[in-house]
Amino acid sequence: MAGPSSLAIHNGSAVSLSEIPRLGMADFREHVVASVGSGGRIAAFFAQPVAAARFRLFAVLAHGDSGTLSLCTADTSTSYPALTPACPQAHWFEREIAEQWGVRPEGHPWLKPIRFHAPYRLGPEGGWVSPRAPIQPGVTDFFQVDGAEVHEVAVGPVHAGIIEPGHFRFQCHGERVFHLEIALGYQHRGIEAALVGGPDKRTVHYMETAAGDTSAGHMMAYCEAVEALAGARLPARAQVIRAVALELERLANHAGDLGALAGDVAYLPTAAYCGRLRGEFLNLTAALCGSRFGRGLVRPGGVRFDVDRGRIADLLTRLDAACADVATAVNLLWDTPSVGARFEGTGVISRSDCERLGLVGPPARACAVERDVRHEFPSGIFRFVHIPTSTWGSGDVFARAYVRWLEIQRSAAFVREQLSALPDGVVRTEVGPLAANHVAVSLVEGWRGEICHVALTDAHARFARYKVVDPSFHNWMGLALALRDQQISDFPLCNKSFNLSYCGHDL
Amino acid sequence: MLKVLRARLQQGHRTLPFPGQEPVLPDRFRGLPVVDLAQCGGECPRCAEACPTDAIRVDGTGIAIDLGRCLFCTECADACPTGAIRYSAEYRLSQRRRGDLLFDGQTWLAAQALDAASRRLFGRSLKLRQVSAGGCNACEADVNVLSTVVFDLGRFGIQFVASPRHADGVLITGPVTQNMRLALEKTYAAVPAPKLVIAVGACAISGGPYRDHPEVHDGADSLVPVDLYVPGCPPHPVTILDGLLRLLGKVGSAAPRDRV
Repeated sequence: MAGPSSLAIHNGSAVSLSEIPRLGMADFREHVVASVGSGGRIAAFFAQPVAAARFRLFAVLAHGDSGTLSLCTADTSTSYPALTPACPQAHWFEREIAEQWGVRPEGHPWLKPIRFHAPYRLGPEGGWVSPRAPIQPGVTDFFQVDGAEVHEVAVGPVHAGIIEPGHFRFQCHGERVFHLEIALGYQHRGIEAALVGGPDKRTVHYMETAAGDTSAGHMMAYCEAVEALAGARLPARAQVIRAVALELERLANHAGDLGALAGDVAYLPTAAYCGRLRGEFLNLTAALCGSRFGRGLVRPGGVRFDVDRGRIADLLTRLDAACADVATAVNLLWDTPSVGARFEGTGVISRSDCERLGLVGPPARACAVERDVRHEFPSGIFRFVHIPTSTWGSGDVFARAYVRWLEIQRSAAFVREQLSALPDGVVRTEVGPLAANHVAVSLVEGWRGEICHVALTDAHARFARYKVVDPSFHNWMGLALALRDQQISDFPLCNKSFNLSYCGHDL
Repeated sequence: MLKVLRARLQQGHRTLPFPGQEPVLPDRFRGLPVVDLAQCGGECPRCAEACPTDAIRVDGTGIAIDLGRCLFCTECADACPTGAIRYSAEYRLSQRRRGDLLFDGQTWLAAQALDAASRRLFGRSLKLRQVSAGGCNACEADVNVLSTVVFDLGRFGIQFVASPRHADGVLITGPVTQNMRLALEKTYAAVPAPKLVIAVGACAISGGPYRDHPEVHDGADSLVPVDLYVPGCPPHPVTILDGLLRLLGKVGSAAPRDRV
């Protein structure tokens, strides 16, 4: 049977599940590998149980050149030939599939837990049953290097600073890192299992706290998915306010990251100033909705808070003041040779490794890869207003820092422009019932990179599966590679230059 | 060098006058929820049904809001047919005992200070080890911000330290995931006694939106004794700072009602 290998859709649209081609396992594998080989990227890849010991694999491939997403599926029993040997991008996804359902990707070169939980079972009415059997987190067969003067350094899960938990295992020769292996899962709260059967009254709160520093980003992805499933049309004013919230989130976190990077090289002026300025942007979000993290702002059908002219004028005044202070604080970095000496040439990722791993967000753009959902797969107001994609070519800590600085300037200009010309109208519309047996895919460029949500509904229009892919899911392996051949003392600096989410990964 | 000095002048002095002066909070800030009993008959179940964390009980005479579960999301206020629930500007939300977070929407007295002996021990120097145990990085971020120039936590003798051995207590965020249970217990055990435990945010108090998930332990006090609860999702930094200062007896022992 020769049909199409995949179904092409646009970001933020929904289609009937029956329209997605179901390929044989060999064709599925070949299609995904070939698509990735010709410039596509795996945005999501997951398994959904369909019967006892039967699973359906779903792949969502992102084609930046054409701005389309393609979907394909294949059915498998409890094992299938792994894609990873031919397609390294599948590496982390296949580990997740194996861990969630016990489906074994045969021939996977690095098959270890990513979240340290026992596989789920399908319960009555499609729910996920999680066995109480505890698993020791962080206990796995770490890659080890043997030899004279080789030593191992273990860090975490509890770290020195106020940050989330994760475990880092370094294989070192003196100060030099041969290999870093990262064990996560300490933050695992069971979000995907809890989303099955929804939406319910907790759903939006799972979205806002999936990665709590990316509440606007994940909520936008969620809302675009359910609005697509319901066929709702979002008012223009709501689209703009959402985008403003998304860019304020980016401004706050990028400013904070640049301050933290300065702190990690002991350049205290920028560290101190940006520590405050991050809060100024959070306070702008609080001026919009009362919460510094945008909690309660974005909701299906629009946003819960409107802005009047007085509020807009206040926001613009404060935005300009914060941006002027950020410019002074950040430009000190580029003018200081001791900062340059630590940033430049540290933690380099090559463009080819970036492509092979499918990195997203600032780490990808720091390898001169023009990858940005707002540009490649625009939805909402980004279909009409384009933010230039910010790239740099050196792939090092400097590049990841400088891309953030470029993005701060462009996001600030966007917020200024949009708030000055806000479309009239309402900010929220009714969202009707969701379509049954449909799938919706939504991509949003969060401040860390591409957020991908895939919602599958059952015959009763409830979520049969809700897949969340935080940008960190793509990027943790990038951090591990960035550490190769580095001084171990540069780990905090490299880590901060990625600043990945633990809870967004662990869900 | 001149650029650095010019930048320093431009950035100015940014430390808030809190607690000497009341903080300026955004007009849409959602603080303590209060209930107008003249509007609320205490029988209608809509608010309780709308609450995502089942924080509200309606018993026929009034309502009780468990601030330890509350996400300050306003679903209850939106659901109320008479507009009886309102989120006030009251940011002083901490309590010493879990039961005191059960609020009738009327009279609110925030946390009392530690006893005199504990204040002598910790009052002038309190070192804390922070443990994130399933936190979403919002509580963590707004705890972290206390060490910036804006809040300048060090001026109160409070500091976050890198080792539990150097600490007088732990500040916990997150619902305490199964996968962080051992790490939290070990960190707690490594802190020399006498020691304090502070639970920040709805997750650390009650599990928050993750309550009853098999993957979490519904908050810190299921595993370690808690000395201070700071509600919120996440709590505003001023709420956290107020809680810490309240515990050490550095701000008043009773919250006046004038903000409600």
